[in-house]
Amino acid sequence: MIGLSPLRVDGREKVTGAARYGQDLKLAGMLYAKVKHAEYPHAEILKIDTARAKKIKGVAAVLTAADVPGNTAFGAVIVDNQPLAEDRVRYLGDAVAVVAAETAEIAEKAAAAIKVKYRELPAVFDPREALEPGAPEIHEGGNQINHHKTRKGDVAEGFRQADLVIERSYSTQRVDHTYIETEVVVASLDHDGTLTVEGSHQNIFSIRAAVASFLGLPLSRVRIVQAALGGSFGGKDDCMSVLSCRAGLLALKTGRPVMLSNSRESSLIESYKRHPYFLDYKVGVKRDGTLTAMEIKVVADGGAYASMTPFVTWRSVVHATGPYRVPNVKTDIYGAYTNNTYTGAFRGFGSPQITFAYESLMDEIAGELKLEPLEFRMNNILRDGEITATGQKLDHTVSVGQALQAATSAAGWEEKRRRFSEENRTRLLKRGIGLACSYRGVALGAEGVDATGAIVRIQSDGSIDLTTGLVEMGQGLKTVFSQIAAHELGVPVERVQYRRTDTSTIVDGGPTVASRSTIMGGAAVRKAAIAAREKLCAAAAGELGADPAELTAVGEKIMVASDPDRAIDFTGAVALALAAGMNLSSFAWHVSPPIWWDEEAGKGNAYFTYVYACQVAEIEVDPETGKINVLEVWAAHDVGKAINPEAVRGQICGGVATAIGYGTLEEVELVEGVTKTVNLDEYLIPTAMDVGKIHSIILENPDKYGPYGAKCIAEPTAELCAPAIANAVAHAAGKRIRDLPLNLERIVLGHKLVKKQRRAR
Amino acid sequence: MNEIAIRFILNGKEVSVKAPPTFTLLRLLRERLGLTGAKAGCERGECGACTVILDGEPVTACLVLAPQVEGRRVETIEGIGNGEELHPLQQAFIDESAAQCGYCIPGMIMAAKALLDRDPGPSREEIKTGLSGNLCRCTGYTKIIKAVEVVAGKSRKGSESC
Repeated sequence: MIGLSPLRVDGREKVTGAARYGQDLKLAGMLYAKVKHAEYPHAEILKIDTARAKKIKGVAAVLTAADVPGNTAFGAVIVDNQPLAEDRVRYLGDAVAVVAAETAEIAEKAAAAIKVKYRELPAVFDPREALEPGAPEIHEGGNQINHHKTRKGDVAEGFRQADLVIERSYSTQRVDHTYIETEVVVASLDHDGTLTVEGSHQNIFSIRAAVASFLGLPLSRVRIVQAALGGSFGGKDDCMSVLSCRAGLLALKTGRPVMLSNSRESSLIESYKRHPYFLDYKVGVKRDGTLTAMEIKVVADGGAYASMTPFVTWRSVVHATGPYRVPNVKTDIYGAYTNNTYTGAFRGFGSPQITFAYESLMDEIAGELKLEPLEFRMNNILRDGEITATGQKLDHTVSVGQALQAATSAAGWEEKRRRFSEENRTRLLKRGIGLACSYRGVALGAEGVDATGAIVRIQSDGSIDLTTGLVEMGQGLKTVFSQIAAHELGVPVERVQYRRTDTSTIVDGGPTVASRSTIMGGAAVRKAAIAAREKLCAAAAGELGADPAELTAVGEKIMVASDPDRAIDFTGAVALALAAGMNLSSFAWHVSPPIWWDEEAGKGNAYFTYVYACQVAEIEVDPETGKINVLEVWAAHDVGKAINPEAVRGQICGGVATAIGYGTLEEVELVEGVTKTVNLDEYLIPTAMDVGKIHSIILENPDKYGPYGAKCIAEPTAELCAPAIANAVAHAAGKRIRDLPLNLERIVLGHKLVKKQRRAR
Repeated sequence: MNEIAIRFILNGKEVSVKAPPTFTLLRLLRERLGLTGAKAGCERGECGACTVILDGEPVTACLVLAPQVEGRRVETIEGIGNGEELHPLQQAFIDESAAQCGYCIPGMIMAAKALLDRDPGPSREEIKTGLSGNLCRCTGYTKIIKAVEVVAGKSRKGSESC
């Protein structure tokens, strides 16, 4: 079962249209909600006049921050995000009021009838300007959200030892998750006073905390339930707290169920994005290609609210040098508030930005030294037992070299590098091949406590309920967790039913983020299933005349491991256990191995293990139009152990496609806080015609901390292709582009077309 | 608003349903007929999540006004199987693990069906073109294209696609 690829357990409902997503929910007496958005990117609210809106027939409630019974702000790290703006709006996605009405049309009309008087405040849209003295202050205490650092050795000494010091600046853009399902919730009150919010939730426990605080309710009276989730990629976290708080307040005040959903326009304007980064790298290198020092400064645009900025930038600071042996390191990363759309978690979580910078840079250094990019990397990559930039000794198989070799040999790297360079002299369309590699800390790391639980319940008929606090969002979690439970209990996957994720059925097991589900949740499921199996073995031991320790569960039987003929079937063992008064429900808890971080010193064992990967992109570029065609991608990822190889391949293909969009197409354009790309005709993501052939190469170096040796896959897949394409473009066209996306005008003109700026509003 | 009666053939059966004349076909299906397989993703005809088949042609139901389907044939994801038995495309999408979050899948399958109804043996490039109006953010399209190739007889079930 482990290492096989049974069909997805949720496949049938998804191909028949039966899967029930948030938009498909309908409760009796349900009202529809609409939000009144801010009209300035930064303004003081002087007066909100809701009188006209309230008079419209069919309007049930018009609420503002004044109606909030609890804390008006929430936040996982910094409490600053207001689902209803109290006295100030800080970006154009802020809400000043929310309306519930009999129909969505009436709610929309009522929202438009709300009149708000503002006093416009000076705004700031560039995070570097926001950190300068005298910049308009967006939150009390200044615009610096956080500053993280790493310190290793002495960079001044490192630069003295260098034969060459190279300084380069890179930038990345703001991108949207573009899950095909926009955000939606339905809030309703149970007769016992419990507020239930069902919807497109990624992280049910953090949403519950926000709703309970906002409404002044105990956690036990707020229940967050996940509907089928139409994609998330890190995106349905804070913005779902926002929607849940607003809809919850309306349900509490009206006593009726309330649906609040974002249109695509609202989603693009209101929901958080991936951080734009401004990155300055200074690198010392010896003539033989040995790195001596790296000094890195990064400013991240956090937008109007902190959201995950402190954690996103922390992941960046840990990984900023890339998987290289650098004896002297000084990295400083700043998160800054601006009046732009706020930024937060998005698949990669602070790594796609820095990977673009350091992997572009590695090619640039190799070019300066007249070394081949692959050879240069192979001489500098981390090896087993070496020390990272944060001072962590790596105590597992460090497979970045293996990944580089696997991807490049599958791609025919050396021959193509040579041949394309020759052929491009006479070709109209230029071909190029580029690569990027990375290392990535698995799970939450020293961001915080990392622990999660699972419940396995064996029913009297031998069917099995499996519950965890982690969610399916398309990645295949239900299938992989069901596989693990089925494997340990010796039954087919079909016998296992993965319960819908619901805060009322299990204790807080943290968020479904950081590619932690298999290594953390999978370990908890395994423990719970083993505990359940041990009960069955204990019950069957007498009947089989054996010691429980001699028994095993295989092929729907409990049997003597050394003598398979001595066996009873699974349901028979269940009956024996129940007749003996045994409890066939098992709860298990899994805590991550110890890790630490010293924020002051900028050092630590940041993650308990790491994954390594390399992607190679082969492209064709038209120098006349700037069009990049991604022809093929080879993606080699060490996952520890692939519990379900097809699901791993699915993650690789999806992550590569997302990164192709990041590299070549996507940008949420904001002009003085105004979103210019408000639907999918303006915000372009890759179609079936934009994604070339993807070759997934699964590498397996089992990890001592993972269930069956498994580590992770979701996020590393999305952090490599943009720099691989940038390096391929440099190979093809001889143009080094240091800003994302590598769009038509940057390829042709070398810079972005600047549109005429208009005042906000 | 005044509602009008709209009569059409839905998944092979004649239906008559009342709705405001400004309703889109998508709202008619989801809100008046209880068929929620077609999904709203952009309501501007860009994402394809609401794709249904109208008189043999794939259309984005968010851009078709409900009265436009009067007297015509509409096929949705709910109608392409045969009770318990799945349509070959549905089965292939399961077999090839082509669905991840699944939100785009009903529209994707309807676009693929319209393509195969016109041409049962499209090339890989024709499949990509046929599906290019349907956005997916999870899969990178690889396994989706493979599933359609299997039904088109261009690829072997379960063989490696990526």
